[in-house]
Amino acid sequence: MRAAALLALLASLVAGSSAPVAAEPLADTRARVLVWHAYRAAEEQALLELIARFNASQSTYRAEALALPYDAYASKLTAAIPTGHGPDLFVFSQERMAVWARDELLAPLDEDAIESGREFPQAALAALRSGGHLYGLPLSMKCDALYYNRALIQTPPTTSDELEALAIRNTDRAAGRYGLAYEANDFFHHAAWLHGYGGQIFAEPTHRPQLDSSQAIAALAFVRHLALEDRALPEEPSGTLVAQLFNAGKAAMVINGPWFAGEVQGVSYGIAPLPIVSATGLPAAPLLTVEAALVSSRSPVQAGAKALARFLVSTEGAALRARVGRQVVATRSAYTFPDIGNDPLLTAFRAASEKAVPMDNSPAMLSVWEPEKRALVSVLSGANSPTAALAQAQRRMLAMTRISPPVQSPWPYAAIAAMISIAWLAWRRRLSLKRVTARVSTRRGELMRAILYCAPAASSILVLVLVPFAIGIGLSFFHRADGHYTFVGLANFIDILASRDYRVSEPMSFWFTLAVTLLWTVVNVAFHVSIGLGLALLLKNPLLRFKGVYRVLLVIPWAIPNYITALVWKGMFHRQFGAISALLSALHIQPVSWFTGFSTAFAANVMTNTWLGFPFMMVVALGALQSIPQDLYEAADVDGASAWAQFRHITLPLLKPALLPAIILGAVWTFNMFNIVYLVSGGEPGGSTDILVSEAYRWAFQRNEQFGFAAAYSTLIFLFLLGWSAISRRIAREQPLENA
Amino acid sequence: MSRVKQRPGALAVHLLLIPVCALTLYPVLWVIGLALTPHSAHLSAGLWPLPAHASLIHVRELLSSRNSSGELIFIRQLINSLVVATATTAVGVTLSVTAAFALSRFSFPGRQLGMSTLLATQMFPATMMSVPLYAILNRLHLLDSLAGLTIVYATTAIPFCVWMLKGYFDTIPRELEEAALVDGATQGQIFLRVVLPLARPALAVTALFSFMTAWNEFVLAATFIDDQTRFTLPVALQRLVGEYQTEWGQFAAGALLVSAPVMLVFFALQKHLVGGLTAGGVKG
Repeated sequence: MRAAALLALLASLVAGSSAPVAAEPLADTRARVLVWHAYRAAEEQALLELIARFNASQSTYRAEALALPYDAYASKLTAAIPTGHGPDLFVFSQERMAVWARDELLAPLDEDAIESGREFPQAALAALRSGGHLYGLPLSMKCDALYYNRALIQTPPTTSDELEALAIRNTDRAAGRYGLAYEANDFFHHAAWLHGYGGQIFAEPTHRPQLDSSQAIAALAFVRHLALEDRALPEEPSGTLVAQLFNAGKAAMVINGPWFAGEVQGVSYGIAPLPIVSATGLPAAPLLTVEAALVSSRSPVQAGAKALARFLVSTEGAALRARVGRQVVATRSAYTFPDIGNDPLLTAFRAASEKAVPMDNSPAMLSVWEPEKRALVSVLSGANSPTAALAQAQRRMLAMTRISPPVQSPWPYAAIAAMISIAWLAWRRRLSLKRVTARVSTRRGELMRAILYCAPAASSILVLVLVPFAIGIGLSFFHRADGHYTFVGLANFIDILASRDYRVSEPMSFWFTLAVTLLWTVVNVAFHVSIGLGLALLLKNPLLRFKGVYRVLLVIPWAIPNYITALVWKGMFHRQFGAISALLSALHIQPVSWFTGFSTAFAANVMTNTWLGFPFMMVVALGALQSIPQDLYEAADVDGASAWAQFRHITLPLLKPALLPAIILGAVWTFNMFNIVYLVSGGEPGGSTDILVSEAYRWAFQRNEQFGFAAAYSTLIFLFLLGWSAISRRIAREQPLENA
Repeated sequence: MSRVKQRPGALAVHLLLIPVCALTLYPVLWVIGLALTPHSAHLSAGLWPLPAHASLIHVRELLSSRNSSGELIFIRQLINSLVVATATTAVGVTLSVTAAFALSRFSFPGRQLGMSTLLATQMFPATMMSVPLYAILNRLHLLDSLAGLTIVYATTAIPFCVWMLKGYFDTIPRELEEAALVDGATQGQIFLRVVLPLARPALAVTALFSFMTAWNEFVLAATFIDDQTRFTLPVALQRLVGEYQTEWGQFAAGALLVSAPVMLVFFALQKHLVGGLTAGGVKG
């Protein structure tokens, strides 16, 4: 009764909260312009204020803002716009502009182009052009400059030689002080040196990325010298670490973008342009990202969206975004207001943006980040020379920009698939006919009941799991290029299995990754089960005091969102500032650089995942132990069986039916456990600790959205696990016989 | 006799459990440290995670954040999360328990295939499912709704729940049901009155699992939900991770707040988990 009432209440809550937003008291007949953004804090506030002003001035349109998590933003746009659920206007950098323009998700804004020429810097507009069309109105410009602590640096360096000298002079590693701190392993920040050494990401006139040019090698050698010879950079720098050092007065200079100013507290600082590279006389020109207002091509209110976009970049709009949101706005006229034109932060970054190189908005750029990151990490950890690392990066980049396999006719494949399924059905039918006839009609009622009992679960699984699953398998026979799918038969599978771009022994090959994944699964499941079961056995003792407290404490790792705990673990593994290094130092053991070797990086992943995963197994084992009748132990006690004998002959065999499902499923989940690897080691060193599913993820979302290839990876994962489960079930079925 | 034997044993168990708990809780202390450190400059480095000067500013900021219409958004999102997680548990466990009972007790064609299919559904990487799922939910008009999210989560939880419950049902002796049948009970009564009470530990495990499935998930939720007032807490926390910078302090504070209800749920469930009901039930 009570349960039913509770369910009814829940149902009404779910239904109630899922209903569309309640109609406003006064019906607003204006057409709605939906705005999506991932802004936070001051930038969000500025946007919301502008939308309120826009709405107050409008009689035809009414804008409404929706704030989204940045992590999910791009993929959500990709999914939502084609189905008509997307925004009318959205804020995004030029990063994916050419991809979206190619997929016809963006409405061109060409009528604004002529006027824009006067109002916005050429670089900002160039960033937003693709195929001769202008696709966005520039909101703000983000690029790097040099922050310096005025207490430590009187005059900022103008050349790279001066920068180096100042960095060395201000470094005292024993005191944890560094002359220069920035995320040197992030290509966004490194690109300035590449440009300063006269290099470019794209080689002309082919306009293809060329990562191993002599200039790129020189630039990387310069940073390597700063980090490994001068030892003036902190190791494994993260954004948080850089801010922490600068705020504590332990970093004299920082290379970062305008957003960093919001994190600085209690330090008197100046901002200067990045220096001129002494070897070439060229400025170290940072990469420029331009945040823009983009209009969806599927929007029914494009005119309204465009009106809002124009308002956001108008003098009034830009001034408010500069004042409230602290944005380095692209609108020139906003700087005629003295408070904006004389603002030290805004003018410093505006000056920096004038020298900056706009980031290329073509899809090829999307396959540059990952190889570059790997190269930077391997050089800065001392594992690789700049030449070797960049040659490797170039190869990796080429492998990622796959050449489209030849188009094939789907009919032969369809015919074969149809034949296989008919044969399979016929075979099943014969089998089940045999079984059913053997049991005849007494089972009819049971069959009906079984259908009744299973139908709800089966139907929801059919619709929400099996249908997307079939779509996924189907996709693996297609190649996605230029936004269109072409049927390529088994080409994706052949490329993967034949390891076309890599030797089998290389970390990027399917077989290497498969071996790592297997090792990962076996080691993790072994730890989860043994620790979980061990703790469950300790905690089931009815006479043990505080066991409720222990149980709750031990379940905490499962309870805290693992996004943050994984990153806390990564922090603990930090070579210089991590708790584990501190512990090792306290024990007079040389701290380990965890992510430079495969075995230590793998161990770091396993430790994190063991910590996260054992509570689940412990809970399952606690429940499963209850299925063992207590009197068996009492009888064994009477017979004088040792504790080990009891465990071996009572606990283990009787635990199996209830624990085995969790172990089998646990193994499947661990095989596909992607976020721990992604967050802790990030695949370092050199992608060797990546597992299959993180490869699939990268192909789908970070390497130019090659969904077909990612689906082929996923299908292979599926087939492999299917084969494994068939074998393991055979083992599971055989063992009871052996025990009996 | 056993009493006397337990005492020194119990001490050894405590001596084993205390360091394990300490190891388990140490990373949690870092999360607490992040949550209590008002500014990144004062983050501790070294072995002791907690800051010298703790402050509750992150917690306060998080709890007092309001959306554009002035609503206290955190409370709203907490309620969303509770509704979705509780509904997921109710729906997921109900659907699973019937299916698992059928799979354990009835024999019918396709039974093996059903079990294998359930396992197989777990094998295709979830990351590839989100785009097709989006299209399906769109067809069903379940996008941007907590009901849609609940159905997706419940379905995700079913395979484990069915496997776990079926495994447990298999260990419950059929003699009890046969005895009830002789006493004139219907199949439905046997299921509700005999089997379910005996399966309480497994029900507790599956309930906790379903709850957790819904409670901590953010990738699908962020994809399917648009409106901030319908965000679940993990999505709201993910909003703190920006393109260029992340509010780690608030994130950590939020993560701790998010984990508190889970511990309460676990505390409430654990007496069923270790109820020891079967021991008595089977004896007879």
